[in-house]
Amino acid sequence: MHKITEKERMNEEMTRIEVEAPLVAKKIKPGQFIVIRMHEKGERIPLTLYKKDEEEGTIQMIFQKVGKSTHELDTYEEGDEILDVVGPMGTAAEIKDYGTVVCIGGGVGTPEVFPLAKALKEAGNEVIVVSGFRTKDLVICEPEIEQDACVDELHITTDDGSYGREGFTSHVLEELIESDKEIDLVHAVGPPIMMKVIADITEPHDIPTRVSLNSIMLDATGMCGSCRVEVGGDMKLACVDGPEFDAHEVNFEELMQRITMFEEKEEEALERWKEEHGGCCQ
Amino acid sequence: MSPEEERIKVPERSPEERVNDFHEVPLGYTPEQAMEEAQRCLECAKSPCIGGCPVEIDIPKFVKQIADGEFQEALETLKEFNCIPAITGRVCPQEEQCEEVCVMGNVGDPINIGKLERFVADYARENDLEETPEIEETKEERVAIVGSGPSGVTCAAMLAQNGYQVTIFEALHEPGGVLKYGIPEFRLPNDVIDHELEYLDELGVEMRMNRIVGQNIELKELKDEHDAIYVATGAGSPRFLGFEGEDLKGVYSANEFLTRINLMKAYKFPEYDTPITDMEKVGVIGAGNVAMDAARSALRMGAESHILYRRTTEWSPARDEEVEHAKQEGVQFDTLCNPKKFKGDEDGWLEEIVLYECELEEPGEDGRPSPTVLEDTEHSEEFDTAVIAIGQQPNKVFYENAEGVDVKEWGGIIIDEDTRMTTEEGVFAGGDAVSGAATVILAMGDGREAAKSIMEYLE
Ligand SMILES: Cc1cc2nc3c(=O)[nH]c(=O)nc-3n(C[C@H](O)[C@H](O)[C@H](O)COP(=O)(O)OP(=O)(O)OC[C@H]3O[C@@H](n4cnc5c(N)ncnc54)[C@H](O)[C@@H]3O)c2cc1C
Ligand SMILES: Cc1cc2nc3c(=O)[nH]c(=O)nc-3n(C[C@H](O)[C@H](O)[C@H](O)COP(=O)(O)OP(=O)(O)OC[C@H]3O[C@@H](n4cnc5c(N)ncnc54)[C@H](O)[C@@H]3O)c2cc1C
Ligand code: SF4
Ligand code: SF4
Ligand code: FES
Repeated sequence: MHKITEKERMNEEMTRIEVEAPLVAKKIKPGQFIVIRMHEKGERIPLTLYKKDEEEGTIQMIFQKVGKSTHELDTYEEGDEILDVVGPMGTAAEIKDYGTVVCIGGGVGTPEVFPLAKALKEAGNEVIVVSGFRTKDLVICEPEIEQDACVDELHITTDDGSYGREGFTSHVLEELIESDKEIDLVHAVGPPIMMKVIADITEPHDIPTRVSLNSIMLDATGMCGSCRVEVGGDMKLACVDGPEFDAHEVNFEELMQRITMFEEKEEEALERWKEEHGGCCQ
Repeated sequence: MSPEEERIKVPERSPEERVNDFHEVPLGYTPEQAMEEAQRCLECAKSPCIGGCPVEIDIPKFVKQIADGEFQEALETLKEFNCIPAITGRVCPQEEQCEEVCVMGNVGDPINIGKLERFVADYARENDLEETPEIEETKEERVAIVGSGPSGVTCAAMLAQNGYQVTIFEALHEPGGVLKYGIPEFRLPNDVIDHELEYLDELGVEMRMNRIVGQNIELKELKDEHDAIYVATGAGSPRFLGFEGEDLKGVYSANEFLTRINLMKAYKFPEYDTPITDMEKVGVIGAGNVAMDAARSALRMGAESHILYRRTTEWSPARDEEVEHAKQEGVQFDTLCNPKKFKGDEDGWLEEIVLYECELEEPGEDGRPSPTVLEDTEHSEEFDTAVIAIGQQPNKVFYENAEGVDVKEWGGIIIDEDTRMTTEEGVFAGGDAVSGAATVILAMGDGREAAKSIMEYLE
């Protein structure tokens, strides 16, 4: 059992939780994730590390309410317990001095960018973060990235222009490239379509680009193949071979198809859950 | 056959009833039936049956005890050799092991050793016959077991019985390995497994779930804290076919299909959160135990279910009972049939499987005829779900991160045949992780042998 030591609703869609998991806290690194199972009937869902406190033995994640499990997790309060917290999972991002790195976060991908940007900055890189949201109310992690991670530049975009730059993260990246900025690495985390667009932009410029894939996972220990993705023409398991891959090698069309596999069931589960909970937790 | 030459039948639920749920199929013997079946045993002086059992259970002894109604004693006999008889009695390929060499088989049906074994274990469980196991004088030495499948738990039990301090590290949230996530409840109910595992608890074995050695805990850390290690990580990584369309939605590895249904209880969705897609017609590729389990699970999910197999049913590596049960329940066997491609619709869902007919050639060296694909027989058949059940290989998470432990090209851990030690001092290995996908009882046999080797090593 893992106690929730802090909970904060950051906005209508996103919630931050801090959970007791001393063994995970000791080992987890930027780019890695955990798997939680809330209770006996729960599914195993992957969430990425946002922050950790080794001394306190806690880790933090930020999640977006999308389906039944994340809606239910959002009803858990400080002091409640989560049945299983497993991790660290996946491989850690390679942190070294590349030169100039652009980290791009789309929506709930931004919390994953935070520890990454921080570690890259500490390793001596010039770090530029571009973070995109649909609208102003959904913007998160701005002070953390600016102040705690001390990045060199932070660009925030909103689709509707209600905050920061109007448009997509890819627009900012294009401008950076056009401005003849020397970029040694791009790291993108977000919706697959965003990652694909970023990959398409950087490829002709030969800018090494990494993405963190969000394929559907079951065990996340490499024994089911649910998370399989085509990378460089080979089949890879996102949970153990990734989740980070060379963006220019990833078959994004396949990924985008596969993550819709359980859509119908997911809607059914969410509908049922909302009915049972009287729509109180919208 | 005269009556003594015939087996006492095991009552089973009717196929019509059982395809609607995940409850167990054979009901098991009553005490009277078990005694009657046991009385058929000839108590042969040479008892070849013992040699047929990979863990060499004293079969004539426990069978005689059943015949005499001494069920407690029969249990004790079994437990001396096998710490989980309720499980092996259900899943051993008996017809190729103990029962194959049973002398009664020469004149009639061999003794139903498997079902008698199961009877004793079930009777004991239901009537609280079991006594707390005796533990030899406690010892200081600590042993870590990696993996809680049949091999790991057998090794753990034997070491604990001998007084060692044993801790099991398991990657998943539940113990049992394939017994839990792979084999469905209609063949091996979870409460039977849990009860057999309680025995470990009584022996003082510590269980640490959610520990993936090589991922969230290193072999080196285990070595620092333990005097010896037994690696029984199984062969849980799915093999894929490598042909077109394998990434379509609706195409599952057998492991994913069975793990969703069994371990995560997708058959109770949405009461349980883990989903599985709706299915109308399922093609299971392969014909071993894993394929039978997938095909029979598909039936229970309400689908029409087909086994697609390159050879004929008589060459199926599955237990006879599974093939028999699958047929009774209505699984269709499309044999001499080789899938070559999956075709999908524009949304990426499986629509058709492209199939070729096959012909069997003369048996090869392994005694099995190899199939030849007949090139001009290409045709497609509609399926909305496919399950790939063509075998598993060892999971690399352990061995790729285990310094000093060498593996063969296909991932099998290399051990010294005599000492059972890997290439790393103090680290032993066995079960499917060494042999590749095999059987429960062979994995257990390895666990016992390894426990003996570890005890010698620690002396
Ligand atoms: C490596 C990894 C890291 C992730 N990190 C985060 C994070 O830090 N914050 C966050 O909000 N989300 C993260 N996700 C996504 C998160 O796991 C899903 O949103 C969550 O599982 C949805 O569960 P649900 O029941 O609420 O929604 P559902 O209704 O089940 O699904 C909604 C959508 O979420 C995705 N999804 C569903 N089940 C899974 C699954 N088992 N594994 C992966 N994706 C799934 C699918 O695209 C699906 O269409 C991560 C996913 C992966 C693979
Ligand atoms: C669907 C199916 C049906 C089968 N039916 C039969 C049958 O009817 N009869 C029969 O005799 N055999 C059957 N088998 C084969 C049999 O189940 C296996 O041979 C046997 O379980 C092997 O035992 P094991 O202990 O070596 O490994 P497993 O049972 O595979 O257990 C290995 C355990 O190790 C864990 N693990 C793996 N890696 C790590 C790690 N890095 N750290 C920590 N833990 C780890 C796994 O999660 C797992 O729990 C079947 C197999 C399958 C898949
Ligand atoms: S363990 Fe298996 S092989 Fe041995 S006696 Fe029992 S059923 Fe037969
Ligand atoms: S071989 Fe058959 S008949 Fe003979 S002792 Fe063994 S079980 Fe009994
Ligand atoms: S989630 Fe099962 S193999 Fe990756």
